[in-house]
Amino acid sequence: MEPEQKNPLSEFAPQLERTSIQGYAWIVFLVFIIGIGVYAFLQQVFRGHEVTGMRDNVVWGVYIVNFIFFMGVSYAGALISGTLHLFKTAWRKPVIRIAEFITIISLLIGPCFILLCIGRLDKLHYLVLFGRIQSPITWDVIAISTDIFGCLIFLYLALLRDLATLRDYELLQLPKWRKKLYKILALGYTGAPEQQQRLNRATNIMAAMVISIAIIVYSVLAWIFSVTLQPGWHSTIFGPYFVIAAVYSGSAVMIICMWVFRKVYHLEEYITKKHFVAVGVIMLVLAAFFGYFTFSDYLTKWYGSEKNDELLIQLLFREFYWPFIISNYVGVLLPLLVVGIAKFRTITNITLTSVVVIIALWLNRYIIVVPTLESPYLPIQDSRPEWMNYSATWVEWSLTATGVAVFCLLFTVASKFITIVPVSGVQGEEKKEEALV
Amino acid sequence: MEEDLNKNKKNSRRQFLKKGLMAGAGVAIGGGLITAYVDATATATGEKVKVLTTDGEIMEVDQGLLKLPRISREESHKGIPGRKFVMVIDLGKCKNARKCVEACQKGHHLPKSQEFMKVYLLQDSEKTAPYWFPKPCFHCDNPLCVSVCPVGATFKRTDGIVLIDNQRCIGCKFCMTGCPYSTRVFAWKHYHEYDEDKQPYSPEASSPGKEGTVSKCDFCPDLIRVGKIPYCAAACPMGVIYFGDVDEDTVTNGTETFQFSQLIHDRAGYRYLETLGTRPCVYYLPPVDRQFEVDRGFGDLDESIKERYKDTPYSKKNKP
Repeated sequence: MEPEQKNPLSEFAPQLERTSIQGYAWIVFLVFIIGIGVYAFLQQVFRGHEVTGMRDNVVWGVYIVNFIFFMGVSYAGALISGTLHLFKTAWRKPVIRIAEFITIISLLIGPCFILLCIGRLDKLHYLVLFGRIQSPITWDVIAISTDIFGCLIFLYLALLRDLATLRDYELLQLPKWRKKLYKILALGYTGAPEQQQRLNRATNIMAAMVISIAIIVYSVLAWIFSVTLQPGWHSTIFGPYFVIAAVYSGSAVMIICMWVFRKVYHLEEYITKKHFVAVGVIMLVLAAFFGYFTFSDYLTKWYGSEKNDELLIQLLFREFYWPFIISNYVGVLLPLLVVGIAKFRTITNITLTSVVVIIALWLNRYIIVVPTLESPYLPIQDSRPEWMNYSATWVEWSLTATGVAVFCLLFTVASKFITIVPVSGVQGEEKKEEALV
Repeated sequence: MEEDLNKNKKNSRRQFLKKGLMAGAGVAIGGGLITAYVDATATATGEKVKVLTTDGEIMEVDQGLLKLPRISREESHKGIPGRKFVMVIDLGKCKNARKCVEACQKGHHLPKSQEFMKVYLLQDSEKTAPYWFPKPCFHCDNPLCVSVCPVGATFKRTDGIVLIDNQRCIGCKFCMTGCPYSTRVFAWKHYHEYDEDKQPYSPEASSPGKEGTVSKCDFCPDLIRVGKIPYCAAACPMGVIYFGDVDEDTVTNGTETFQFSQLIHDRAGYRYLETLGTRPCVYYLPPVDRQFEVDRGFGDLDESIKERYKDTPYSKKNKP
């Protein structure tokens, strides 16, 4: 930060100071969806898990799919922001905060979905009280709590400079308590060389930590499936496959968030096509990896055609045909074409592709979880259709919508508290970059 | 009774298997870990029986007051000392009479939708013979369900039995995905059948059930303790299910008793899906020398039960 420069906050201050009518309407809308979700949750608590579509064969459904999805988005945010930071990527500044917010917000939502799946929430503390280290769920509890802790520290370190800027900017028209909050949170950071040095070192360490934790945590999550003997899950590729799928989905979520905030807060000057293409290329590379892993996994299952693998693949191509095609064909090829061919490479196209990628990856998790449970070693012999085939109920869909709504709400609130583009040093970086170009 | 108690442990155990199991009756002998649960609401008959308490003392109680002993939660984690239980199912004799299912549901106070024992209509491949396949929990010696449980709610005992403690279970259902045999059932809501059981909960009885927890076939250790064979084995009209002890090398279905190793040897007994490495404690005798046509299994079934098998390869092939 060079003091003679015009304070960049003057431009971003309205974002923090005022909320438009549309902004309020948006928040009310989100709260409404969350309200329905709360009602659905109460139904589940008082009437039992019978209100969901899960039964003895398909014991895990949309909740687990959402859990994997949100955790994936979160790890992706961590990996992307950590890597961008560590390699001092030139263009990172205007978009890195988005990646950091994605990390922490989805990390708070993800675990809630696994709680929805648990039969006796009143005994949740047993996980700590009687935890057994042999169980992959215990690994998950340790890993996720470490991850939340690590990510919170990383995010906080990343915010520190901005918090100090907000504290020091006197023209900010905000209630007293918020100014006070900034002051407390800024921890007396003044930007002295020694402070800067320490902060940089700490942030670097945390960035490296967050990257490794993210890989470990998401592998542990994949192992919950692959340590079992179930056809389709019992696969050695699941750890890396899940990590790649996670980062892939995260890059898509990041592009969508960039597009939304660019529109809502008029950040066209800061978030440019260059950023969309840069994250788009990351997405393209990940799409290729994802396609490769998917292909490897299904090729080996199909070629050797062990009886139960064969049944599973038959099921995938019969009852899960469209989800399979969308997730494993469209979801792989579309980014390759749209980002790969220069002619198609526009902001709108990249964003629309990201939407498709997110849907594809959600479906990818769905066809990992559900079809396997529908084709166990012993054939399901039951006369009740709902016990044979899983279909999610309104309770599950409503709580899924609530997850998305909470994500949007927290993002909205966060963007009211801290500018979505880091204000400290953004212009300095831009200048340096221009010099490079 | 008194005589039995005075004999040494080994003798009394042998006695237990030979007489107790075959007769399918008798009061607890053996390991000496009996907690007699006396139900205050039951009526006294005046006839006194002697039982052994957990402290090793003999006490006299009225027979009418004596129900199946309910072992405490702590005790039920240990297993009956010196025992290793095994089950043998003779597929050649099963005709899907479903008495095993019904007796089990009644004994464990289960609702209709929960079956610890399931009877499948299997056919290994197109040209091979179809057969009825009763499937309890296999009480594996390498149980994946136990490995994956995050809170130790399901456990393997010294006597080979895998039990669930539903007061510990948090209902994560990981064990259900861990089990490759679809053995475990979940209480998706509170069923009124759970209220029928007025006795305190014991993992050995798997009753009363509890909403939001997992349960499964338990090999009926509460019956074993009083010298009986499990509900399914006792109820089967064809004597399909044999129960016994590997170390004693004896299995019985209540009327016939066999030397376990000899039976497995002579009849080429096998374990289901051996390749998975779970090492089940349930053995099957191949469906040879059938006593019944497979179709007899559709005999007097409820429509809803018949419906169950309509998508099996066998039923599809033999559609009228």
